[in-house]
Amino acid sequence: MVKTHVNMTVNGEAVEFLCETKATLLDVLRDELDLTGSKEGCSSGDCGACSVILDDRLVCACLVLGAEADGGNVETIEGMADADQLHPLQQKFLEEAALQCGICTPGFLVAAKALLERNSNPTETEVRYWLAGNLCRCTGYDKIVRAVMDTAEEMKGVSK
Amino acid sequence: MRYLSPHTINEAVAALADSDGDVKILAGGTDLLVQLRAGMKAPGLMLDVKRLPELRSINVEKNCFHIGAAVSGAEMGEHESLKGSWPGVVEAMELIGSTQIQGRATPGGNLCNASPAADSVPAMVAAGAICTVVGSEGSRDLAVEDVGISPGQTSLGRDEFVVDFRLPERPPHSGDAYLRFIPRTEMDIAVVGAGVNVVLGDDGVCVDARVSLGAVAPRVLLVPDAANELIGRKLNDEVLEKLDAACRAACRPIDDKRGTVEYRTQVSGVLARRAAVIAFERAGEK
Repeated sequence: MVKTHVNMTVNGEAVEFLCETKATLLDVLRDELDLTGSKEGCSSGDCGACSVILDDRLVCACLVLGAEADGGNVETIEGMADADQLHPLQQKFLEEAALQCGICTPGFLVAAKALLERNSNPTETEVRYWLAGNLCRCTGYDKIVRAVMDTAEEMKGVSK
Repeated sequence: MRYLSPHTINEAVAALADSDGDVKILAGGTDLLVQLRAGMKAPGLMLDVKRLPELRSINVEKNCFHIGAAVSGAEMGEHESLKGSWPGVVEAMELIGSTQIQGRATPGGNLCNASPAADSVPAMVAAGAICTVVGSEGSRDLAVEDVGISPGQTSLGRDEFVVDFRLPERPPHSGDAYLRFIPRTEMDIAVVGAGVNVVLGDDGVCVDARVSLGAVAPRVLLVPDAANELIGRKLNDEVLEKLDAACRAACRPIDDKRGTVEYRTQVSGVLARRAAVIAFERAGEK
């Protein structure tokens, strides 16, 4: 078995591991680094449950090889809260019950964070298009979209 | 399966030449990694081309845009001057998949995956884009329409890969557009795609045009008969009707769950009309 030596930064910490070519970034995060917040849904880039940020780009970790992430900077759901202080999106998802079973939630949160970092004042249409790659079979999406909009509104108030 | 990510084109070409063809070029991976997982592909070598600088940038040289084959859709969408000159090309690329897919998917991968329904390809064909292809024998130019030859098959040699797409110089009064039909608003595979690119004279008469159709034949089609209905004319209902008929005549589609032969054929004409109207409008504004 030929393995690739990979160095990357995950949530601000340097990590180093040996990676089989076929192992995806998702496999590495979950099985090698015990970061199981990113979920495996479809494994084909359709559901968004494994959404992470790689070098400032929102990606599906199932569609990136671990080896490709060598030298990269990865942000996962585990890095979203600041110790016990939840990220405003996490807080709002809880307050507004924007989740039911929870499998899609880490992906939605990471994707929504990536959106608000680019566009702090998105329209509902922009939120829905941005999150079109994240599937949820419980909520019907309305509560998720509302929670993202309300977070944007709240964060705007804070930064004033 | 080995993984290599060379930093120079020479290294990449040498690795390809040594591989006996048991290799897949990895660009964005949004198709390839799915095929790998499904067991449809099992190469001995994954050759990642994303660390080759020539494939990773968008440049303007001698008034022509060069788009690296491994630039992402998101990067194309964020490139204001590319979008200004070639809105159809950029919109076609941006239609592919979700935000997550846009962060990875590349025009080179979309072309070399050789799906007849690839969204960026009809727009590139209509634009008249030329690929720089490198291999053991050196570098050569290849028109985008000559790359995909049938579903999953390209005309590239076993030791060749695409470096970049070169778009022609943009004269005044030129515009392009790409439209695809899908049964929902986002995230689906084209039932039909149509790309139209025109150059108009000062009087609004079309002096040059290219028309391309996707998902209506085993490969993306350049349709010169359709372009010839536009050239020498101003856009009106009669011209649009002839464009529509020429597109329908060029279709050789399949029946599948996304559309029947009759349906795809009819939609090709409708989409080409609509894309032509947008392309002419854009050309008129410049």
